[in-house]
Amino acid sequence: MARLTFRTDECKGCGLCIDACPKGILRLSEETINKKGHHPAECVDMEACVGCTSCAMMCPDCIITVER
Amino acid sequence: MSEKVLMKGNEAIAEAAIMAGCRHYFGYPITPQTEIAAYMAKRMPKIGGTFLQAESEIAAINMVYGVSSAGKRVMTSSSSPGISLKGEGISYLAGTDLPAVIVNAQRGGPGLGGIQPSQSDYFQATRGGGHGDYHIIVLAPSSVQEMAELTIKAFELADEYLMPAMVLADGTTGQMMEPVSFDFEIKEPPAKPWATTGTKCERPHNIANSLYLDPEKLERINNERYKRYEIVKEKEAKAEEYLTEDAEIVVTGFGIAARIARNAVDEARAKGIKAGLIRPITLWPFPDKPFKKAAEHAKRFISVELSMGQMIEDVKLATECRVPVDLCYRVGGMIPSPAQVLESIEKAAQEVK
Amino acid sequence: METVFKRPKSLIDVPFHYCPGCTHGIVHRLVAEAIDELGIEGRTVGIAPVGCSVMAYDYFACDMIEAAHGRAPAVATGVKRSDPDNLIVFTYQGDGDLASIGTAETVHAAARNENITVIFINNAIYGMTGGQMAPTSLPGQVTQTSPYGRDPKACGYPVKICEMLSELQGPEYLERVTVNNVKNVRNAKRAIKKAFQNQIDGKGFSLIEVLSSCPTNWGMTPKDALKWIDDHMIPYYPLGVYKDRSNGIDKFAAKED
Repeated sequence: MARLTFRTDECKGCGLCIDACPKGILRLSEETINKKGHHPAECVDMEACVGCTSCAMMCPDCIITVER
Repeated sequence: MSEKVLMKGNEAIAEAAIMAGCRHYFGYPITPQTEIAAYMAKRMPKIGGTFLQAESEIAAINMVYGVSSAGKRVMTSSSSPGISLKGEGISYLAGTDLPAVIVNAQRGGPGLGGIQPSQSDYFQATRGGGHGDYHIIVLAPSSVQEMAELTIKAFELADEYLMPAMVLADGTTGQMMEPVSFDFEIKEPPAKPWATTGTKCERPHNIANSLYLDPEKLERINNERYKRYEIVKEKEAKAEEYLTEDAEIVVTGFGIAARIARNAVDEARAKGIKAGLIRPITLWPFPDKPFKKAAEHAKRFISVELSMGQMIEDVKLATECRVPVDLCYRVGGMIPSPAQVLESIEKAAQEVK
Repeated sequence: METVFKRPKSLIDVPFHYCPGCTHGIVHRLVAEAIDELGIEGRTVGIAPVGCSVMAYDYFACDMIEAAHGRAPAVATGVKRSDPDNLIVFTYQGDGDLASIGTAETVHAAARNENITVIFINNAIYGMTGGQMAPTSLPGQVTQTSPYGRDPKACGYPVKICEMLSELQGPEYLERVTVNNVKNVRNAKRAIKKAFQNQIDGKGFSLIEVLSSCPTNWGMTPKDALKWIDDHMIPYYPLGVYKDRSNGIDKFAAKED
């Protein structure tokens, strides 16, 4: 079991975390627009997250916290 | 009385810097100031200091910037073409409000010029020399004793007002040998809580920086710096006056020019001409007051310079052009003789009769 | 649950000004992680360059100095020499800063084996000024000032810093890494940490060249930009250790004996 926390308002929507995720459970939110005007990254299936930290390793804005 | 030692001007600067607590020197060879580097190369390793011959003048001044950021007393020296290269770094020091001492043993220019003495970097020194609105403190020694004295003063003023200070010497004062006393009382440098010495995780980080992308902030910082410059002008302007009280012809010059002018003033007095001398010791801030005072009774000023006429502009500004100012000069490494200055005095005396 | 990944302590909690997908942020984080793990934040001084990372002084929690363009290694030399037994000094420089205007400062700090750590971001372009040709721009690379592609006949070939510095006897450690995928990020982290450890151990000049992306000025998506590193940059700038004197990777090793 693992948990990802995104500091959503600081996300620039670059999508590098999405490509890094081995489980394919991240996407850019279609509904939300954050303070910066980006569609921020989000996890669509937290149950499937293994807490590998790959997304956080690739996040250029250091907005992802990983617990496991 | 303390013991006097016979020393070259350049060596006196180096020894005085060490006395002032300077333990870091960065330089690059250039005539006619290389004795300073050579002296530091000998002394620094013996006293746990740093002497480093940098890869360029640019690198040297940036090493100075690094040490100054870290809160230590530091010096570099060069001569005219090298000072031009340091211009960038001096502007950054000024823009970051960092103290540092820079020695310029001036030689003739422009370009590569020559290696003989000159005073033609007056504008460069007193107007800042690099880009942006700023000043540096400029001190002009005219004897080996003053080379030492004003070097110590430069460290103290730089630390007090958080700005670079320059000892503006020339090839003559650097090379000549005179007895010098090192009987100085050295003030403890002020605390430097702004220095980048590591936070020890006990305080917010210090940043040494001159970048302000917000124009309002940059304007405010410039205004604050100029308020500090006003204090420097008020408190630190300094000149030596000689026989000026009743002088009709007031000769002025700094450094080596002042020594020559003083001889000429004596000779003029012997001939019954009421001549006097104002010798600016600080070139920035320029000592306006003695000039203003002398302009009340003087009929003519003569600016003696080893340049095409640079300080003469400050003399005119200080006297508000109320009295005509003549120029007596030699350039290219040539030095005016006392006879040439006397001739100028006699000519002026004739004209004002 | 235990936190297994969070923002490092020595990275101040403010958003970066960098463009979306710019790898500066990743490298900043790796530097901060190294500082945290080595426990040196309180005695570290960083030198920021001129270029996109000019405001790096706002991001690192350690004391910071902003240097003139290209002069960071000289500034770092001064800082380090002011307190060599205590201070840990690093510079963080881009390709224009380190490999063009500051080449002399870089080469001579390396030649002196100055005991500092240099983080060199090579993204083959001037980012801050809007995408001009860099000393490291690839042959044929289109930039604002090489609109028909970099023509080596007119403007020469790119400067390969690690290769060039490895010809010097002075420097301790030179490695080229990249941050274009998770594996490479982990490797870059190892190299950066080692570059700081070397300084702590008094070994001397360590430079880590990080092949980085500039999606904005390359005109690519962040994802495509990372792929461009694989396809175009790594073939021209091979990854690896170019010098590691303490571990025998040193063409001068035999001569020193």
